[in-house]
Amino acid sequence: MKNEWPLWEVFIRGQHGMSHRHVGSLHAPDAEMAIKNARDVYTRRNEGVSIWVVEAAAITASSPSDKGPLYEPSESKVYRHPTFFDIPDEVGAM
Amino acid sequence: MYAQMIKSEATQDDPEKLAAFQARIDAGEKIEPKDWMPEGYRKTLIRQIGQHAHSEIVGQLPEGNWITRAPTLERKAILLAKVQDEAGHGLYLYCAAETLGISRDEMTEMLLDGRMKYSSIFNYPTLNWADIGAVGWLVDGAAIMNQVPLQRTSYGPYSRAMIRVCKEESFHQRQGYDVIRRMAEGTPEQKKMAQDALNRLWYPSLMMFGPSDKDSVHSAQSMKWKIKMNTNDELRQKFVDQTVPQAEYLGLTIPDPDLKWNEERGHYDFTDPDWNEFFDVIKGNGPCNADRLAARNKAWKDGQWVRDGMLAHARKKAARKHAAE
Repeated sequence: MKNEWPLWEVFIRGQHGMSHRHVGSLHAPDAEMAIKNARDVYTRRNEGVSIWVVEAAAITASSPSDKGPLYEPSESKVYRHPTFFDIPDEVGAM
Repeated sequence: MYAQMIKSEATQDDPEKLAAFQARIDAGEKIEPKDWMPEGYRKTLIRQIGQHAHSEIVGQLPEGNWITRAPTLERKAILLAKVQDEAGHGLYLYCAAETLGISRDEMTEMLLDGRMKYSSIFNYPTLNWADIGAVGWLVDGAAIMNQVPLQRTSYGPYSRAMIRVCKEESFHQRQGYDVIRRMAEGTPEQKKMAQDALNRLWYPSLMMFGPSDKDSVHSAQSMKWKIKMNTNDELRQKFVDQTVPQAEYLGLTIPDPDLKWNEERGHYDFTDPDWNEFFDVIKGNGPCNADRLAARNKAWKDGQWVRDGMLAHARKKAARKHAAE
């Protein structure tokens, strides 16, 4: 059982103009087969116009324990949102 | 339901971490693969999702049995699409289980040597074309009862797999009802076949939800963790309430003389399946247990050279590319 096919993550563009979105994973011996398998597993009902596959082992992900240091700093920077600023009604849409 | 009698694993984790984990679940947060989780949560989910996946895969066998003998080319194409969907559902679920730290091959081996189970329902045979209708209508109907609430389960990958499955499952039930409706509205012989299929598959379908709540000792922890959303009896009742009018429309009779509407409860009263039969089938003594496992073992063994060959080819191609660079 040491010969298990590697795991691939599958990303599909649902419609023209949208970005590719992660839909799931599958096993395949190589990238070409991964695309073919992805077509059978994830697009049986016209769910896609384009497929990306990438070996799961090649993905680097942030760690859940880093959630604080990574995302908390932006919580205090409310001025990054346009609603922070009051614009007088007389000025009109901005 | 495709996962039956899933034993909740005991958990011996830091009480503080456990409490924080439970608070996340109570707040409706999804647990993702890299998040901390109790060992019991992980193990119970592997068993449950694995059994669910195995059921999708083994479930292809009773239906695949009739692909070459479907009555028309259209019915054949539809059944083929349905069986292909079942393979897909198995794959979504295996991938969800793999995020918990078990490999696909390990799960397959555990199915093949009997350490992991699949749903009891697939140990019953499909004897004729009417059974294909009854399987879609009743078996997929029962599966949907369980799968719809599981879309809200606490484990993110499982929830997302269920959302995909549910989108496709409705087609399965409708095609089954369409098959059996055509037979129920056909010649007297065809209608008799439809009734016969209902007679044989009714109680095995009720068994899919697992033992009665009073005998179901594993539910409490799983419900707290939101990996089981309803009790077995709740789902079974819901299934009966939904199915009886569908049978009436077809002019078919549910094979239960004690079945009747209970005005006070607002539900149908019905007879429980024979639980001795259920436990016997789970133990491996159903009509098709040996056949199903033999078929899966043969497919795995016969496919070994293909899997090995494709991997060898992929490695050779990669090495050649590497050498050329």
